Amino acid sequence: MADWFLKVKKDFITCFLEKDRWHYILQGLGNTLKIALVAVLLGVVIGTVVAIIRSTYDKNAATMRPGIVRFLLGLGNAVCRIYLTVIRGTPVMIQILIMFFVIFSNARDGVPVAMLTFGINSGAYVAEIIRGGIMAVDAGQMEAGRSLGFNFVQTMWYIVIPQALKSVLPALANEFIVLLKETSVACYVAVNDLTKGGEIIRSITYIQAMPLLIVAALYLAMVMFFSSLVTRLERRLRGSER
Amino acid sequence: MSADTLIQVENLQKYYKGGEIKALDGVNADIRRGKVVVVIGPSGSGKSTFLRCLNLLEIPTGGTIRLDGTDITDPKNDINLYRQRMGMVFQHFNLFPHMTILKNMTLAPVKLLHRSQAEAEKKAMELLARVGLADRANSYPSQLSGGQKQRVAIVRALMMEPEVMLFDEPTSALDPEMVGEVLEVMRDLAKDGMTMVVVTHEMGFAKEVANHVMFMADGKLLEEGSPEEIFSHPRNPRLQDFLAKVL
Repeated sequence: MADWFLKVKKDFITCFLEKDRWHYILQGLGNTLKIALVAVLLGVVIGTVVAIIRSTYDKNAATMRPGIVRFLLGLGNAVCRIYLTVIRGTPVMIQILIMFFVIFSNARDGVPVAMLTFGINSGAYVAEIIRGGIMAVDAGQMEAGRSLGFNFVQTMWYIVIPQALKSVLPALANEFIVLLKETSVACYVAVNDLTKGGEIIRSITYIQAMPLLIVAALYLAMVMFFSSLVTRLERRLRGSER
Repeated sequence: MSADTLIQVENLQKYYKGGEIKALDGVNADIRRGKVVVVIGPSGSGKSTFLRCLNLLEIPTGGTIRLDGTDITDPKNDINLYRQRMGMVFQHFNLFPHMTILKNMTLAPVKLLHRSQAEAEKKAMELLARVGLADRANSYPSQLSGGQKQRVAIVRALMMEPEVMLFDEPTSALDPEMVGEVLEVMRDLAKDGMTMVVVTHEMGFAKEVANHVMFMADGKLLEEGSPEEIFSHPRNPRLQDFLAKVL
């Protein structure tokens, strides 16, 4: 038993303290958080736009006057559906390989490419979350906004979207947590994220268990931390209703 | 068309399912400035559809609606500008739940009429005081009773200084003890000379406040006239039958 503890201690020192190797982990941790955060923000922007186009089409296309607006809306809806089908229908692993080796094969820094990839990927899932939120806002809200003289976009912006976002905020926060773990596949394209940090240490020291378990523990700690934030957020949102 | 006509409706039609259902089947109406028009009729008669067509919340299948002589059903005209001149009050209030009462009221005049926030708030406080809700300016809609919500909805519409107010069954979703306070506000509004079109089941209000009553059934305007003519001397058998049930 004592031997085992000694070995763990020795492995720990070799993996993290010797030659300041913990820097790999710290840098990786920073990149993982950065990628996940930027990606989720990008995902919310893309998702909101897609959700607006999709829900507008679903609710209004049947009753709209034929014309250029209806045509553009139909076209936008078709593009959005293709986007959703392709992104949700292919593995994120393949998506990042395509982005890195085909589309941005000249990129020097993998982090922005990873941000973009996961942002586009997340947007597809976020779009369906937000679309649910928009559809759940009472139709009377749109009518009240329009009856005051706001146009469709203004009513969406001032009245419908804020309510929709508020109701899907916990779901969006969960999407961030999922994304945080998903970004680990970025290590395959030489992005120095948390997973890659552990892999570098593993390849230098030939110690298998220690770096992998520490990396796993760090992901778990982050997920638990953000999950507790989501729980608090949900409780606060419930509190402000009536 | 007489000079004091504000809204003139001609042969208004609204069909669903390609004409299978005729919610409005050729309705004509003349809404005069400063007058109160009350629309009554059994449920499913098309009276709400008629009202919602007036500001194009429903797009009519056919016919014309002229506001001050301009055909607002013409797609070339910007409906948003005409809607600013027509306030609307809904059965279910439709206040914006994520904003305070004050913000509910100032949003449209600030964004659409380019009033300053201070100016809009001053006017909002005046209107809230008029309906006895000045102390609720910073509350959220969920903290108000139904009657209070509806009074806020009325003054929110008034913030845009509309030329006509459309009421779509404004008291139907209220508890009975709250109906009075809302009708009171509407009565005051009528007294001030606001042009009003009111769809309601409150026959007492119709008798007392209306200048003109329209009776609709099956998407058609079956009879119209002064409250006296409609309630005391109904001619159409459908109207007689309807009044026998509700009075």
